[in-house]
Amino acid sequence: MSDLLRFATAGSVDDGKSTLIGRLLYDSKSVFSDQLASVERTSADRGDDYTNLALLTDGLRAEREQGITIDVAYRYFSTPVRSFIVADTPGHVQYTRNMVTGASTADLALVLVDARKGVLEQTRRHAALSALLRVPHLVLAVNKMDLVGFDQAVYDAIVAEFATVADDLRTRFGAHPEVTALPLAALPGDNVVHRSEAMPWYDGPALLEHLEQVSVERDHGEQRPARFPVQYVIRPMSTERPDYRGYAGTVASGTLRVGDEVVALPSGRRTTVAGIDTFDGALDAAVARQAVTVRLAEEMDVSRGDMLVAADSPPQAVTVLLATVCWMADAPLRAGSKVLLKHTTRTVKAIVTGLAERLDVTSLGSEPVDELRLNDIGRISLRTASPLAVDAYADDRTTGAFILLDEATGTTLGAGMVDGS
Amino acid sequence: MVTTGLSQLDVLEAESIHVMREVAAEFERPGLLFSGGKDSIVMLHLAQKAFWPARIPFPLVHVDTGHNFDEVLAFRDRRASELGARLVVAKVQDDIDAGRVREVPGGLRNPLQTTTLLRAIEEGRYDAVFGGARRDEEKARAKERFFSFRDAFGQWDPKNQRPELWNLYNGRHAPGEHIRVFPLSNWTELDVWRYIAREGIEVPAIYYAHEREVFERDGMLLGVTAHSLPRDGEVVTTRVVRYRTVGDASCTGAVASPASTPEEVVTEIAATRITERGATRADDRASEAAMEDRKKEGYF
Repeated sequence: MSDLLRFATAGSVDDGKSTLIGRLLYDSKSVFSDQLASVERTSADRGDDYTNLALLTDGLRAEREQGITIDVAYRYFSTPVRSFIVADTPGHVQYTRNMVTGASTADLALVLVDARKGVLEQTRRHAALSALLRVPHLVLAVNKMDLVGFDQAVYDAIVAEFATVADDLRTRFGAHPEVTALPLAALPGDNVVHRSEAMPWYDGPALLEHLEQVSVERDHGEQRPARFPVQYVIRPMSTERPDYRGYAGTVASGTLRVGDEVVALPSGRRTTVAGIDTFDGALDAAVARQAVTVRLAEEMDVSRGDMLVAADSPPQAVTVLLATVCWMADAPLRAGSKVLLKHTTRTVKAIVTGLAERLDVTSLGSEPVDELRLNDIGRISLRTASPLAVDAYADDRTTGAFILLDEATGTTLGAGMVDGS
Repeated sequence: MVTTGLSQLDVLEAESIHVMREVAAEFERPGLLFSGGKDSIVMLHLAQKAFWPARIPFPLVHVDTGHNFDEVLAFRDRRASELGARLVVAKVQDDIDAGRVREVPGGLRNPLQTTTLLRAIEEGRYDAVFGGARRDEEKARAKERFFSFRDAFGQWDPKNQRPELWNLYNGRHAPGEHIRVFPLSNWTELDVWRYIAREGIEVPAIYYAHEREVFERDGMLLGVTAHSLPRDGEVVTTRVVRYRTVGDASCTGAVASPASTPEEVVTEIAATRITERGATRADDRASEAAMEDRKKEGYF
């Protein structure tokens, strides 16, 4: 049985990211001959010296015309042990917005460094956003080792420099991504899919081996207290099941078992789980990420937007929250802005009561501001029109996350993460 | 300690069900595009799971080019009736007869479908429309969202899409606008077939190896039907083939294949070196950006 790993990459054209992804896809036999033929044809038409593997992911007309990537592209490949979803986030336009989007669902962040250039500003930025979004694993891929003569000293120096970046991130965010460094050369394919013979001093796995092996089992919150946001109430009203009432949803974290005592938030009423139903039969327990239907022992007023939580470890139901937001709209965010806030399955009106500071993701410093602009990251306070059952994002990437919407235009304004108390 | 062991198919299934339930909860009038093709069959199977033991709370909508495989239409009708679902059929022929679109030389009707699709959405007043498109199918589709906004003209604006984070989907729209929803966004062709095999899902027989009279055109094997007849110089032979995609019979090619079970199809696809659209769709060969251009106008 194969499982799934989602990873995000980011970077600019010249750090070899597209070549690396092209390599992974090509060497794992996930690029098809007609796709390759089309890319070769387009490369030749444009007069490129080499087959530009970036064209595999840059699908839009505007992207091809301008030779840039506009939007996150999702690529898929699989090996016998694992399937991969790659969120390929561009380094040009809307860098922060795209990187945050790609990282929000990622199990692992792939940070590329050019061995000739070492740790750059964008390396710090990429690592900082991954840490902010609590991506649990980070791979530092030191690329283009062939251009520095496969020199171990160069690699060691970059790894050491990045270690101080990782330390700074731990201090700043309290995040503990597991960092793994690898030397590779994407163009000739050293250490991408196959281990390199040019670097006998390195005895770790090739990149793909590492991606296949990295354990993500503990990252989806299965060990945490149960959280079950109710999405939809199922009432068949059929002759066979006239009184059936089930609460459909996806387990956000923890494990929900039949017989468990739960609290329905925000009402605070207690009951027990009477049954967990699926089309394929009843379950004794459901774990994070499973989509199921829960029946409760007592009939009570529970509907979409409510959350069933472990009775012994409930989250706080709050109307005031502090959060870190990434602003994604052209019009700036200011104190007093009224927005809609979507948290799990609950959408409420909210008002921005204050702006604390703007975070500089390169220096990791912060400064007081009176507005957040497009692609800024900052800490804000919000008051909501009705209570939300939130956890700190640092504890729970599902029940600690929200998006902000414009009530008038419907657009997505920003992404938010609930700060710890 | 709990070991979950959710497989990649378990995760994809749960993600799709989550998306479908979000739509049922947040929209007034969803509709599900159902053609009888394998992707829409899988989508329907997921909808059945998402709302069980209740019925699927929205109608099925088929945009009928008039160039269908008979087996697929029969399958479509039977499946809808088994599920007790309402089936709405919007015919391209009606738009041709009313003069809203004109037949193009060669008889290809795929590009005409957009008008019919948008008319069906307007007539049904659907505010959310489920489609079975996958990001791995095609370059423009790789940039699609799960919830994809369409303006009052049904247009897609790929340069101005809403960011989509975590599993928080934004379905806000004004009256007259709608959202296209793609629950299978993260599935690959191989995932679809592995899932068909795992779940024992029935698909029309033409997806499996059978003998058929075919002729070769543009490197594709086209079946001899009322909608695709050989031209001078095109030789008809009987071959063992199967269809990888099932669309307009006039532009959908078959592939030579002995695969006669879902498991054999999985093995075949895992080894194939050509994408399903590259192998079987003449309409996508028009240009590098054929799909993007059609999607901007409101296509599936």
